[in-house]
Amino acid sequence: MIEQVGQSIPRKEDHRLLTGQGTFGADAQFPRMLRARVVRSPVAHGRIAGIDTTAARALPGVVDVVTAADLPSDLRIPVRIKVQDIDLDDHLQPVLARTDVRYVGEPVAVVVAEDAYVAEDAAQLVVVDIDEENIIIDMDDALDQHTIADFHLGFGDVESAFTAAKHVVALDFSVGRHSAIPMETRALTVDYAAGTDSMEVYGATKVPVFNRRVLAGMLQMDESAIRMRAVDTGGAFGVRGEFYPEDFLVPWLARRLRRAVAWVEDRAEHFVAINHSREQRHHLEVAFDDEGIILGLRADVRHDNGAYVRTHGIIVPELTLAMLPGPYRVPAYDGRVRVVLTNKTPCGTYRAPGRFEGTAAREQLLDLAAATLGIGRVEIRRKNLLTSAELPHARAMSTLGTDIVLDSGDYVGLFDRALARVDELGWNDLRERGRAEGRRLGLGVCAFLEKSGLGPHETADVQITNTGRIRVHSGGTSLGQGIETVLAQIAADQFGVSADLVDVVNGDTLLQPYGAGSWASRSTVLSGNAVRGAGREVADRLRDLGSQMLESAPEDLEVADGVVRVRGTTTNAVSLAQVWQAAQPGSRWLRPDEPAGLAARHRFSVDHMTYPYGVHVGLVEVDPGTGGVTVLRYLIAYEVGRAVNPALVEGQLRGGMSQGLGGALLEQFRYDQSGQPQTTTFIDYLMPTASEVPVVEVVLREDAPATTNPIGARGAGEGGLTGTGAALASAVSDALGLTSMDALPMDPAFLVQALATAANGVERLASQVNHYEVVCE
Amino acid sequence: MKDQHLVTIEVNGREHELLLDARRTLADTLREDLGLTGTHLGCEHGICGACTVLLDDQPVRSCLVFGVQADGHQVRTVESLADGDQLSDLQQAFSDHHGLQCGFCTPGFLMLAEAYLETEPEGGPQEVREVLSANLCRCTGYQGIVEAVTVVAADRREKAAVTQRAGDA
Repeated sequence: MIEQVGQSIPRKEDHRLLTGQGTFGADAQFPRMLRARVVRSPVAHGRIAGIDTTAARALPGVVDVVTAADLPSDLRIPVRIKVQDIDLDDHLQPVLARTDVRYVGEPVAVVVAEDAYVAEDAAQLVVVDIDEENIIIDMDDALDQHTIADFHLGFGDVESAFTAAKHVVALDFSVGRHSAIPMETRALTVDYAAGTDSMEVYGATKVPVFNRRVLAGMLQMDESAIRMRAVDTGGAFGVRGEFYPEDFLVPWLARRLRRAVAWVEDRAEHFVAINHSREQRHHLEVAFDDEGIILGLRADVRHDNGAYVRTHGIIVPELTLAMLPGPYRVPAYDGRVRVVLTNKTPCGTYRAPGRFEGTAAREQLLDLAAATLGIGRVEIRRKNLLTSAELPHARAMSTLGTDIVLDSGDYVGLFDRALARVDELGWNDLRERGRAEGRRLGLGVCAFLEKSGLGPHETADVQITNTGRIRVHSGGTSLGQGIETVLAQIAADQFGVSADLVDVVNGDTLLQPYGAGSWASRSTVLSGNAVRGAGREVADRLRDLGSQMLESAPEDLEVADGVVRVRGTTTNAVSLAQVWQAAQPGSRWLRPDEPAGLAARHRFSVDHMTYPYGVHVGLVEVDPGTGGVTVLRYLIAYEVGRAVNPALVEGQLRGGMSQGLGGALLEQFRYDQSGQPQTTTFIDYLMPTASEVPVVEVVLREDAPATTNPIGARGAGEGGLTGTGAALASAVSDALGLTSMDALPMDPAFLVQALATAANGVERLASQVNHYEVVCE
Repeated sequence: MKDQHLVTIEVNGREHELLLDARRTLADTLREDLGLTGTHLGCEHGICGACTVLLDDQPVRSCLVFGVQADGHQVRTVESLADGDQLSDLQQAFSDHHGLQCGFCTPGFLMLAEAYLETEPEGGPQEVREVLSANLCRCTGYQGIVEAVTVVAADRREKAAVTQRAGDA
């Protein structure tokens, strides 16, 4: 059998999803299942004077209405990933607001009814009396009173670097509040068994093992009485699967009412309840010598975290600082971030957290520096990218509790390859021809560094079944990324079979109680290597039993083509099903002290992350009348180390780009002066459609396998998004003849105004065009 | 007192007699009364298109249609496309072109595309993109979906031409 890793085999997930036989969170249905509806705060800040549930309770079909007064105690949701030793306990979100509400959408009560329609009717009858208080919407208004974390990351002598500098370039850059907005809203169905006081939770995902621990602690249950089942997930992208108030409330209600309870978030709720992300303001300064070489970098970042600290704690601001120097040679760096609370939806990670923001800001700073120093945008990057000889490159700082060591690679090589491809595709000519016709075309480029493969560990089980199939119980979860297929490919290769013979179960805490979950582009690296390890152990066991059955030494045997055989023969073989039989209790091949079955559990541990990297190039056209931006062409060059399934990697990159395009041009949560969200439908919150997203040319490279794991994979989940804001900002500024942009999303009204300004400053425009000739080299 | 109506709806070729609340959506009728959970609800305000089904061969948002409005009509859902385990040409093309990731929007895209393809369109990539802009996908960047629909449009045209020629001969 041909090696499965490296092949773009069809996805194992596809058949059930294409035929409508997937099981999503709202698809699990149980007899006499109750429906829950959350009552949310209609105001952004205030003290709860009273909650009247009388009318709601009186509605026929209503089974229960609960408020914070009904809860066992003042429950708050803990931080999952703690960094920087900063105590955030005072800012954690309660599962139901008890005394105060701090954002529109904060849960204050839950109605449970026989029917979802009745539950929604009853929720509207709950009267929440709130004395409104002053609100803070703009993060800069919160700096004095509501900064909850203020810390630095960095290395080297920044003062001296700036003192010695020939040029210092500074930029203020802001990124708008937006988020993942997966197509499936959150949904949880809890089936409760009163006889055994145990429950099954359908719809938890991402980190089911961790969430079970939190839930068990809050319910004061033994975690073995709770089974989390990560069913199909309609997109996650960081936001879905974290522990939210409902992740406690729905199981707690099922236990309280001794019946199955289902909760499905509606889209309007989702817009105010799901983790928001991205809202940051950066002040960046970079020092250069007279050759345009970076001497030092300073960052002063303000991060709006919304009303509470949720499960991600302050990792997004930390990652922002840690990844800000990117793929460049930065001898001295000082980054400061202040995390503030405002009266808006709380924030967490969204695919490429901290990197989308930081990459956009840094790359705009480099565009501005190029213009200031009078060198090209390409040249300034090429001069400052770390060379392959400089790798591995340790940065004397850490993030997510792990030191930053950029493992290996060829950043300059990939950068040049991307530009060469752009030239081959004729995009420079396209830009020139368009401009000659008077159109506003611009080409933008960015380089970025990603991170992936965060440990410290992941566990997987591999077993052989009675029909000779291979079964994997993984600690990852299926979020749409194709992890079932990827793990099947890796498992298949340990036995020389087709991935068709492998079945993968993800995210079931009964089957895999040690899983760390799917996030941070970690699953192919972590789960993949855990599966590989478990598969190898099973293969060893196959050889061991096979050696008795075939009366040969284990070292003379091989596991290939789905059989155990004497090396070099085809007939002297036993099938996997035959060896399974030989491993059953009572088999004469099984020694008395030997456990039955053919299975292994393997834990893969890793100390350091691995760092994929890439280059994005975009060609845009700006409509001078409307300020509308059309992305005409787009290219992503990406070093993935080892592509287990290249088609899936390309799909990850293209999908990420589409989300990045949204964040760069279309998507933003807006609030009015009273803290009322203005974007609670898809009419207000503009997600890209097939008309906005271009064909994305992918240059996928496997030139630098990761040195931190045996498969060599670098992770692929986020690099499609990371550079999109940066490349599109660069392209738009090129189209408008500006030195740089200063905000995402790029608002059409601003672009129209910028065009008018640029038209007045003819000289500035002309000089910009000159700089850009470098791109065409 | 509930406002209930006895209706008859033909779904995927089978007739169903149902007692429905007047306000019950077609989507909930399909998902909860008939167990056809392949139809997904992504926004319940008619924008995302995940709940698209065919009502008398026309694509509709089943979140915006009441079950009682389908009384006496024919509905087709994603569950109607495959022939047993055999995927339809369109479903197969989605898989071949990596036109789905999480699969949540997929049933809506399939039904939207199926309705479009049944009009025997020219089906160039630009037109296909315009048609598919009716629905939202958050995972794929649309490229695989556009490719799949474009390819199937061409294949079906080719097959129709062959049949036509055979008929002429």
